Amino acid sequence: MAIREHFEEEVQEVKELIQELANMGDEALTRAVESLYKKNIQIAESVIEQDDTIDQKELEIHEKTILLIAKQQPFAKDLRRLIISLKISSDLERMADNAVNIAKSTIHLGEDHPLKIHPLIGSMADKARDMGALAIKAVKYEDISLAGKLAELDDEIDEMYGTVIREMLDETISNPQMNQYMMQMAFSARYIERYADHITNIGENIFYLVKGENYDLNE
Amino acid sequence: MSTIAKPIVKKQSEEKTIEKDSVFGVSNLNLWYGTDQALYDIHMDIYKNEITAIIGPSGCGKSTFLKTLNRMVEMVPIVKTSGTIKYNDENIFDPKYSVEDLRTRVGMVFQKPNPFPKSIYDNVAYGPRIHGIKNKKDLDTIVEKSLKDAALWDEVKDRLHENAYGLSGGQQQRLCIARCLAIEPDVILMDEPTSALDPISTMKVEELVQNLREKYSIVIVTHNMQQAARISDKTAFFLNGELVEFTETDQLFSNPADKRTEDYITGRFG
Repeated sequence: MAIREHFEEEVQEVKELIQELANMGDEALTRAVESLYKKNIQIAESVIEQDDTIDQKELEIHEKTILLIAKQQPFAKDLRRLIISLKISSDLERMADNAVNIAKSTIHLGEDHPLKIHPLIGSMADKARDMGALAIKAVKYEDISLAGKLAELDDEIDEMYGTVIREMLDETISNPQMNQYMMQMAFSARYIERYADHITNIGENIFYLVKGENYDLNE
Repeated sequence: MSTIAKPIVKKQSEEKTIEKDSVFGVSNLNLWYGTDQALYDIHMDIYKNEITAIIGPSGCGKSTFLKTLNRMVEMVPIVKTSGTIKYNDENIFDPKYSVEDLRTRVGMVFQKPNPFPKSIYDNVAYGPRIHGIKNKKDLDTIVEKSLKDAALWDEVKDRLHENAYGLSGGQQQRLCIARCLAIEPDVILMDEPTSALDPISTMKVEELVQNLREKYSIVIVTHNMQQAARISDKTAFFLNGELVEFTETDQLFSNPADKRTEDYITGRFG
C-alpha cells in the first residue's frame, strides 16, 4: 500500500468536485448567454434557479477540504493543494454568479425589446468557456504552462470587452432612446469579463500550487 | 501581452535584518559508531535565542547529532568523530576543552522524564549544590526561580518536599526542565521532550519552550512535525546521517527546497 493512499483518494475526490462545479458554471454561462440572444425568460430563470445547487457544491468542497486539513494536517504542496481548492471553488462560484447576472439582464430586457445583442458578447462567452476548460485542465494536471496561457486569453477578452463598450457608447449617442437596453448589454459584457478574471485567478492558484509563490496573471 | 508569468515580489520591510550570533558552529562533522558511519559531513550554525528543531525518520542521526553538541555521545565508547563544533568560538573537541564546563553550559532534557528519587526541591537544588552553593536562602531563590521559569511553581509550591515521583508525567518533565535551568545553562538540548506526554502536558511544555527562547538557545529533536512547525524558528531535516535541508521553519514546512524534505513532511516516505 502506498503511504497516504487514503489521503490521496480524498484529495482526488475534492478535485472531482471542483470539476463538477466548473461544469455547472460553464453550463450556467452557456445558458445565460443563450437566454440573452434568444430573449428567453424561461432559460434565464432556470439559470437563476440552478444557482442554489452551485452554491451547495461550493459549500460541499469547502467542508470536505476543511475536514481534510483538520484531520490530515498537511504540509507543503499537500497543504497548498487544499488551500487552492478552497480558493478555486470560490472563484467558480463567483463565475456562476456572473452567469446569473447575465440571466437577470435577459429578464430586465424582457422578451420583446428592440435591441440586437452585440455579436462580440457571444464571442467573449465562447472564449471565456475555452478559458474555463483550459483552467480546469490545468487544475487536473497541475500544469503551469496551461495556466500561463490563461493570461493571453484573458487579454483577448478584455480587448473584445473594450470594443463592445466603445461601440455601444457610440450607439447610445446616436440612439439615446435605447440607453436602458444598452446598459443591460454593457453589463452583460462586463459580467463575462469578470467571469474571465476569476478564471485567471484559478491560473494564479495553479502557479502557487506548483511554485509555492504568488503570481499575477491579471495585469 | 505577455504570457511569461513572474512571481510577485514581496515588498522588502524597512527594518534591517539583525545579524544573529551563532552559539554553535558545526563544520565537517562526521561520526562513527565503530565502523558504522552515523553522521556525514554536517555543516550547521545554531543561533542564539532561537529554537532549532531537528526532524527526520528513526535512525537518521538526529539524536546522535544532538548528543554530539554536549559530547554526551562519547558515553558510547566506540564513538569516533571528526570535524569541528565551535561553541562560542571554541572547538569542543579540543583536548584541552573541559567537557564538564560544556555540559554545565549546555543542558539536556530527555525523552522520558528522569527526576531523581528525591524531593521536588532537591531535584532542582541538585545542580547548584554540586556547583558549591550551600546557603539555604540562595538555594531557595534558585529553586523558586527555576520552577517559575519552568511553569511548575504554582502547581508544586505547597509540596516542595514531597517526592518528585508523585508528580504526573508532564509535571516530571517540567521538573527536569527546571533542574536544567537551575544551573543557568546557555543552551538547552531536548531529545523528544514531549513524546511520553499527554496532549495537554505537551502543549504546556511547548508553551514553556517558546517562552524559554528569550533567555536560552534551544535545540529540540522531535518526531512530531506539527510540533517542529509550531514552535521552532529554524528546522533541520536529517536523513541517513546527512543534513538534507536546514532553513527557516516557515520555509521548510511551506515550500521546502529539497524533494526528499517534501516527501518526508508530506508523509510520502518509503
